Amino acid sequence: MLSYLLRLADDNLVLAQRLSALIARMPELEEDIAIANIGLDHLGQARNFYSYASQFDALGRDEDQFAMLRSEREFVNAVLVEQPDVDFAHTVVRQFFVDAYQVPLYEVLAASTDETLAGMAAKALKEARYHLEYSSGWVIRLGDGTSESHERCQTAVDTLWPFTADLFAGETSDAELIAQGVAADPAVLRPQFDRTISAVLAEAQLRCPSDPYQRLGGRTGFHTEHLGHLLPEMQSVYRAHPGATW
Amino acid sequence: MSYDAPPIEGETRADATGKPSGYPLWEVFVRAQRGLSHVHAGSLHAPDAASAARSARDVYTRRQEGVSIWVVPSSAIHATDPDVADAWFDSDKPYRHPTFYEIPEAIGHM
Amino acid sequence: MTVTDATSTDPSAVGQARFDELLADGRKVEPRDWMPDEYRKTMIRQIAQHAHSEVIGQQPEGNWITRAPSLKRKSILMAKVQDEAGHGLYLYSAAETLGVSRDELNEMLHSGRQKYSSIFNYPTLSWSDMGAVGWLVDGAAITNQVMLTRTSYGPYARAMIKICKEESFHQRQGFEIMLTMVNGTAEQKAMAQDSLNRWWWPALAMFGPPDADSTHTTQSIAWGIKLETNDQLRQKFVDMTVPQAEYLGLTVPDPDLRWNDETGHYEFGAIDWDDFWAVVKGDGPCNRERIAHKVKAWEDGAWVREAGRAHAE
Repeated sequence: MLSYLLRLADDNLVLAQRLSALIARMPELEEDIAIANIGLDHLGQARNFYSYASQFDALGRDEDQFAMLRSEREFVNAVLVEQPDVDFAHTVVRQFFVDAYQVPLYEVLAASTDETLAGMAAKALKEARYHLEYSSGWVIRLGDGTSESHERCQTAVDTLWPFTADLFAGETSDAELIAQGVAADPAVLRPQFDRTISAVLAEAQLRCPSDPYQRLGGRTGFHTEHLGHLLPEMQSVYRAHPGATW
Repeated sequence: MSYDAPPIEGETRADATGKPSGYPLWEVFVRAQRGLSHVHAGSLHAPDAASAARSARDVYTRRQEGVSIWVVPSSAIHATDPDVADAWFDSDKPYRHPTFYEIPEAIGHM
Repeated sequence: MTVTDATSTDPSAVGQARFDELLADGRKVEPRDWMPDEYRKTMIRQIAQHAHSEVIGQQPEGNWITRAPSLKRKSILMAKVQDEAGHGLYLYSAAETLGVSRDELNEMLHSGRQKYSSIFNYPTLSWSDMGAVGWLVDGAAITNQVMLTRTSYGPYARAMIKICKEESFHQRQGFEIMLTMVNGTAEQKAMAQDSLNRWWWPALAMFGPPDADSTHTTQSIAWGIKLETNDQLRQKFVDMTVPQAEYLGLTVPDPDLRWNDETGHYEFGAIDWDDFWAVVKGDGPCNRERIAHKVKAWEDGAWVREAGRAHAE
């Protein structure tokens, strides 16, 4: 259970960290506000999952200890969320892939037999649906905008697609949680994810990537090199003052 | 820059190169709760109506200030001219108000 | 009212008389009312400068979001910086009712023809600066903004009411950061004192030049744009803030600071106005970076805005 909750939490924290760095860098003031909203939602979800994970942790770590004291090899987020914000298209496409995954994920988890998890998922589901509206709206605008935006959006889709399968990667221990109706079965989520992707890409007049290559490993701490830059920045103040209260 | 333009502007103006660099302006109306009307909250810039409504949600309802939003292109608002406000709004007809009428105290509240 | 005399044919004379009457009655001037050109220009300049300040103000605090030392602080700081963007937007919205477009306002900020508050040209160098900025910079801003909720231009006053409601959380979270730090490790307390040392004088300068040297104050007060002078507001801020610093156990970096029993106010030392004007004129520690950052975000976003417009057509 700890591992499952940490994966949920880490996905959200690492994505929130990426989004938080974009404030005051967006194409319009309105978009600064929008991206902060989405980042805050993910951060809130991460904090909920960490607090709950704490109850299953033999070391009794709190949310900050989970976030600030684990190393790159101990983070179990999917590699997609750590990918950098090359341009607005990458930000929007990464968000879209995450949202297309999180909506069905939270739909299933909202009916989890674990009531605490179900409650957290039900709240997160509302947020994820809103995010999907935002991100798919932008994928369509960019895909169907100018030739430059179309090209940039297609590049982002092609670049980020190989990191999507990692979202669904599980652990052998998940089987039991799935059987108990606690966790979501990735095999159930995948078809809805695929439907969302193809519907939105079609409307955006973008190509679905055909390259079968997928980069896995995030769930076991085998990350891309980007995470090793993101974490030290995030953890720097906390680690420089061991034991301090903030 | 000229300040002579009519104070309510809807269209996106051109920059120095003659190209618009931002988005059109939208007026935002928020219903604070069921049972109340939508009230003007402010304006914002957005490429289209869907995006305007979404931005309005993020900008004007960050603290649960609303349950419903209207967005209207600012250029679609036609406002009355304050110079003729006297002619439009100053014609009082006292007999339209309940206090114009004397009702005997014995009748009570009416 | 006698000024709408039918024999008067000069619309600006009628307008001027109505404008004067509105101000005299303490009623608000609204967007489509006639107003003197100078009033309109002053309003645009002031609201734009205020909006730009909120927008540029995202940067010094945004600088620490990715490094916030706890997830709770990260959430609070993100929400606060997001509020700054929102406040910038409320104010641009008010400025636009005066007939200036967002594009023009952006352009004037980017080209340096319009200013923003000089306070944001100082760097944030440690986490405790998030405390000091909230406590002192937002504290000073609120002192000014509370006055502006009663300003004569309706859309500006309404924006300020909304902003003041939201900003009190900003100052409180800043003070709470300071309080946590002074009660923390010796290193944390030293950081807090260092932050106060660096932000105290720039915060006092935020109220603008002394009344004697302030070119706009008299006219602004006559027009009901400002209701109190720079020096009055500055004094109010000092009187309010010094006891808070004492509560924190921190030393205000002013050897001349003392309580005057007779006046019931604190006396404080001379502000270095040469430094203030140098920063205003563009030679502060961060002026160039702040504008470069803003311009880059705007230019990087050009293709996105173009796509948005193209798709809408």
